[in-house]
Amino acid sequence: MKKKSVSSSLSRRQFLKGFGSGVAGSVALNKIASALPLQKTLEKAANDANRTPLNLSVNGKTYRLSVEPNRTLAEVIREDLQLTGTKVVCNHGECGACTVLLDGEAVYSCHILALDAEGKSVTTIEGLLGGEELHPLQKAFVKKDGIQCGFCTPGQIMAAQALLLKNPRPAKEDVLEGMSGNLCRCGAYPKIIESVLEAAKTD
Amino acid sequence: MRYFDYIQPENIKQASESAGRDWRKALLYAGGTDLLGLIKNEVESPAALINLKAIPGLNGIEYSEREGLTIGALVKLSQLSAHEVVREKYSVLEQALKETASPQLRNMGTIGGNLCQRPRCWYFRGDFHCLRKGGDICYAVDGENKYHCVIGGGPCFIVHPSDPAVALLTLDAGVTIASAKGTKRVALKDFFVLPEDDIYRENILQPGEIVTHIHVPPVSEKTVSGYIKFRERGAWDFAVVSVAATLRINGDTIIDGKAAFGGVAPKPWQEEKINQKLKGLSVKPGNFESLSAEVLKEAEPLNQNAFKLPLVRNLLKRLLVQLTAS
Ligand SMILES: Cc1cc2nc3c(=O)[nH]c(=O)nc-3n(C[C@H](O)[C@H](O)[C@H](O)COP(=O)(O)OP(=O)(O)OC[C@H]3O[C@@H](n4cnc5c(N)ncnc54)[C@H](O)[C@@H]3O)c2cc1C
Ligand code: SF4
Ligand code: FES
Ligand code: FES
Repeated sequence: MKKKSVSSSLSRRQFLKGFGSGVAGSVALNKIASALPLQKTLEKAANDANRTPLNLSVNGKTYRLSVEPNRTLAEVIREDLQLTGTKVVCNHGECGACTVLLDGEAVYSCHILALDAEGKSVTTIEGLLGGEELHPLQKAFVKKDGIQCGFCTPGQIMAAQALLLKNPRPAKEDVLEGMSGNLCRCGAYPKIIESVLEAAKTD
Repeated sequence: MRYFDYIQPENIKQASESAGRDWRKALLYAGGTDLLGLIKNEVESPAALINLKAIPGLNGIEYSEREGLTIGALVKLSQLSAHEVVREKYSVLEQALKETASPQLRNMGTIGGNLCQRPRCWYFRGDFHCLRKGGDICYAVDGENKYHCVIGGGPCFIVHPSDPAVALLTLDAGVTIASAKGTKRVALKDFFVLPEDDIYRENILQPGEIVTHIHVPPVSEKTVSGYIKFRERGAWDFAVVSVAATLRINGDTIIDGKAAFGGVAPKPWQEEKINQKLKGLSVKPGNFESLSAEVLKEAEPLNQNAFKLPLVRNLLKRLLVQLTAS
């Protein structure tokens, strides 16, 4: 189940991750029992000072988070919100695997800071599902075999969704252009294009 | 990515003051499509990013018959190419924008950031402490230099990566630069610098200076313009070379015109001699042939990139034929 607000559990998890550098550190601290709470408080304060509050709206839900400025939107979506449908491949704004919608427009979530999504609405691949029902684009990718290994597929589908939102009846050239920011290592391009055209027909 | 502070100024003065005087301490941050790549590769390691996106007044596109276009530096590339006036009157800019990066990057990157983006030289982007990064050698001279410059280089041989800048040069564009001290307006042709003038930077901006607007003068009814970009793949790709031209035509004569070239020099490149020759040129394929042969006369290609010369000349000829066809 997705939680409405994950801020408190999150800071604890992040804190534990960053705290001490493994077991040895915590054992050493445990010996000085009275030092532990103080140490914890100091570390937590330092950690929190590096964070900025962020209201992130993803797939219609608002999450109240607190994130370090150097974290990307993809990292926060995947690690903090556990929405792992969004893939990160190049982490460099070059392949499109991490494509999500930001206020309805396709962007690379690996190449944008999470803080830059404040006040905007994010849609990930998980947001396309209607309960257990596949989205027309997902159905079209299944029907037309637009998937080989599948790793680029969530990004392809989000790019296609952005395209169809703007242009519900695209010509083949529009699809080629609209999908040009998404690479596929398997080279499934012809079937990806067919899938998008199929979805445009059935939508 | 390394940690940095994220500063959210509310106006230009605050932004300029927080940007301070040292590039290592703070960098201006717009769409981040270039900057995050540089930070991830540790080419830049600023202590703070100054986010420009929350500053009001930098997001709009305005047009008047007298002033032409005034474009806020924070306008996204996709927003600009979709603008009605750009599509109607400034084809060269529309085409260059549509050839820039990928659909996603155009939804993220801003026009100001595009003009201020850092070079794509793979040594610069990689783990090489070259001249531009304060080292004492240019690795491109004896290295892989197929995509480096053929003119205007030395001691560094980058090409300027921006497509829109090449288009904007032919339109006589200018930029407004603001800082805590005030604002100034500079012609785009004087905005970019060659390595011989500043080996570390690609433009005249000093720390704390911010591009706030781009100005494009009005064009007359008889103006035609276009952009041809040569790239190696169908997906996103920087220009191997590119050519832009804006021409004012009357009957069979080019009244005046400007051409500019991308992928050939450390800055978007223009040749005064070529622009002079376009003036009054009558529309004939033979004239375009001899004019194109004059382009990049002073070029000194590196050992892998002499192919750029015939490519640029042929593209200019093709563009002139296309633009004068109707
Ligand atoms: C995979 C890929 C492919 C690309 N292909 C192309 C291409 O084919 N053609 C092309 O032209 N470009 C291309 N680009 C570059 C892209 O267009 C630019 O990265 C983008 O336009 C930069 O805008 P931004 O708002 O993201 O800038 P940022 O990344 O935020 O900033 C870029 C630089 O400009 C400075 N800066 C930003 N705004 C201002 C301002 N207002 N005043 C002063 N300084 C400022 C920043 O400090 C930084 O140094 C590509 C980029 C990528 C990642
Ligand atoms: S061309 Fe310039 S940026 Fe590239 S290696 Fe040489 S000095 Fe460095
Ligand atoms: S993972 Fe984001 S573009 Fe490749
Ligand atoms: S299906 Fe394997 S990368 Fe596209």
